[in-house]
Amino acid sequence: MPSRGSLHEPDLALHVEDLTVAYQSKPVLWDVDLDVPPGVMAAIVGPNGAGKSTLIKTVLGLVTPTAGHVTLFGRPYRAQRRRVGYVPQRSSVDWDFPTTALDVVTMGLYGRLGWLRRPGRRERAEAEHALELVGMQDYAERQISQLSGGQQQRVFLARALVQQADVYFLDEPMAGVDATTERAIVEILHRLRDQGKTLIVVHHDLQTVRTYFDWMLLLNVRVVAQGPVAAVYTAENLRKAYGGQIALIEREALAAGEARA
Amino acid sequence: MLALLQDYTIQTVAMGAAMLGIISGVLGSFAVLRKQSLLGDTLSHAALPGICLGFIVAGGRELGSILVGALVTGALAALLMLLLTRNSRLKTDAGLGIGLSVFFAIGVVLLSAIQGSGNASQGGLESFLFGQAAAILRSDLWIMGGITIAALGLVAAFWKEFKLVSFDPVFAASIGLPVVMLEVLLTVMIALAVVVGLQMVGVVLMAAMVIAPAVAARQWTRRLEGMVVLAAAIGMAGGVFGAVMSALGRGLATGPLIILAVSAVVLVSLLIAPGRGLLWEAVRRWRLRGQLEGQQVLTTLYGLAAHHRDPAYPSEQGSVDAFHGTATRGALATLQRRGLVRPARHAPESTRHWTLTPAGIAEAERILGAMGREAS
Repeated sequence: MPSRGSLHEPDLALHVEDLTVAYQSKPVLWDVDLDVPPGVMAAIVGPNGAGKSTLIKTVLGLVTPTAGHVTLFGRPYRAQRRRVGYVPQRSSVDWDFPTTALDVVTMGLYGRLGWLRRPGRRERAEAEHALELVGMQDYAERQISQLSGGQQQRVFLARALVQQADVYFLDEPMAGVDATTERAIVEILHRLRDQGKTLIVVHHDLQTVRTYFDWMLLLNVRVVAQGPVAAVYTAENLRKAYGGQIALIEREALAAGEARA
Repeated sequence: MLALLQDYTIQTVAMGAAMLGIISGVLGSFAVLRKQSLLGDTLSHAALPGICLGFIVAGGRELGSILVGALVTGALAALLMLLLTRNSRLKTDAGLGIGLSVFFAIGVVLLSAIQGSGNASQGGLESFLFGQAAAILRSDLWIMGGITIAALGLVAAFWKEFKLVSFDPVFAASIGLPVVMLEVLLTVMIALAVVVGLQMVGVVLMAAMVIAPAVAARQWTRRLEGMVVLAAAIGMAGGVFGAVMSALGRGLATGPLIILAVSAVVLVSLLIAPGRGLLWEAVRRWRLRGQLEGQQVLTTLYGLAAHHRDPAYPSEQGSVDAFHGTATRGALATLQRRGLVRPARHAPESTRHWTLTPAGIAEAERILGAMGREAS
C-alpha cells in the first residue's frame, strides 16, 4: 500500500480530469472533468450521442482516451479492478448464447478466480445468493435465451453483485425493462448505496432522475453540470444539455420548477 | 465389412477423419458463437498460397513445409482481417470476404505458376483444393494427433476465459482479461484445425467442416459444454462415416462425403431439434393459430348472444361461418371439447346451432377484457 501522498485524489470514488476521447478524429468526449464522492448514486444523463457510454467505457479502460486521466479512490483503474463492478448494456451481448442464468452470474467471479482455476462449490453458492438478491433464484438453470428482457437485466445485475465491488458502473440498466423490474433494480441499487457503495449509472429517463438519484452529471460531449441532483436539475442546465429538443425540455423544466416550489 | 475395417489405409483415413472432426467441431463451436463462421472459410482459402509457397521452398511435395506454409498464410490473413476491422470502419464479414478472395487469388496464381514451371513433382498439388484422403500416411496421423491434443488442451485450460470472451468480450476486458490475445489464440487454433483438414477435405470444403458440426450441435443443447462435446462427436462421426463410405463405394471422394454426412446432420437438426427446430416452430405456430381461431369464434358467439340479450342464445353455425368467411366447424369442435360451447337446437330450424356454456361466457369475457374492449 503506497502512502497517501502518492495517491491522486484518494477521497473521490471517481476522479476524471481533462478527458478527451475521439473516434476517427471526431471528439466524443471533450475535456471532461468529473468528481464523484463515495457513497452516492450518480446518474449520467444527456441526449443521444452525448458520450455517456463512452465515458463509462473509458473509465473502465475499454476505450483509450486521447488525453486526460482517470483514478478510482486515488489509483488508476488497472490497480482497482477488484473494487469495480460493471453492468454493460443488455443489448451488447447475444442472449442466444448456450448458457444458463447461473453460469452468467458466475462469470462475475472469473476476475477473482484467476487463470486455470475453475468455479467450484463456493462460487456456485455465491452466484446463487446473488440470483436470490435480484429475485431470480427460480431461474438459475434456465437457458438465458428464454428469459424476458427484465429477467436478463437482473441476471446482469447479479453478475455485478458477485463482484463485491466498491464502485459499480451500470450502462442503461433500466432500458427496456418492465415497471416491476425497474422498481426491483432501483431498490437493489439504493440498498447498495446505503451500504456505502458508489453507483454510477447511465440513465435515459429524465422523469425519474430526481426520484432515483442523489448525484448527477449532465453530459453533452462536454460536461454541462455536475453535483447534487437538486442543484444540477435546473431548466437552464437541461436546456444547455439538450439544446434543440425544446418541447421535451420545456415540459421537464416546468416539472422541475414545480418540484422546487 | 470386417475386412474393410482391418484395411490399413482405411484405418488411417478413418482415424485422420475422426481427429479432424473432433478438432473442427470443438473450435468451430467458438467460431460460430462468435459470429465468425466465415473465419474458417477465409483461413482455409488463405492457406492455398501457403501450400504453394511451402512447395516452392521445399522444392517438392513435402507435407511438413506445405502445412507450415498453409498455417502461416492462413493465420496472416486472419490477423490482417482482425487488424483491419479493429482499426477501420470495415465490418467483419466484409473483412473476411476480402481476405478470402485476395489470398485465394494469390494461391491460384502461384498454383498455375508452379504447374507451368514443368516441375516433375508438381503432380497432386491440386489435390489440396478438394482433398485427397487416401494420400494420408500413418506418420501424418502423429502430426494431426499432436495438433488435436494441443488444441484440446488449450481449450480445456482456458475454458472459462474462452467462454467469457465469446459471450461478453466487453465485460471480459473490464475484469482484465487480455481479450485480443485470447481472440488471436482462438483464431490461430482454428487455423491449425484447418491445416489438419487440408489434406482430407481440401481448402474449398474445409469451411463446412468448421461450421456444420457446431451449427448442428447448437440445436440440441443449452450449454456450451454440451455444444462443444456434441459438435466434436458429430464431426467425428461424419469423418468416420465419410471415410468408410468412400472405401465401400470405390472411387468416391472422401472429403466431400464427410461434408455431406455432417451437412445431413445439420439439416436434420435444423428441422427436428426439440425447442429450436423448424418443425417444432411450425407445430407451435399451428397450435397458436388454432387457439386464435377458437378465441375469435367464441367472441363471435358471445357477441351474437349479447345482441339478442340472451346468454343461452343458439347461434346457427351457418351464420358463424358466414361471419368469419370460413368453415368454423373445426374451431367449434375444439371449443366443445374444452367445454366452452355445446350444440343446441333452435326449432323450427333443423340446422346445427351452438350455445355458450357458462364457462364459455366467462372465457369470452376474459378474452374481451384482455383486449381492453367493452362487451356490448
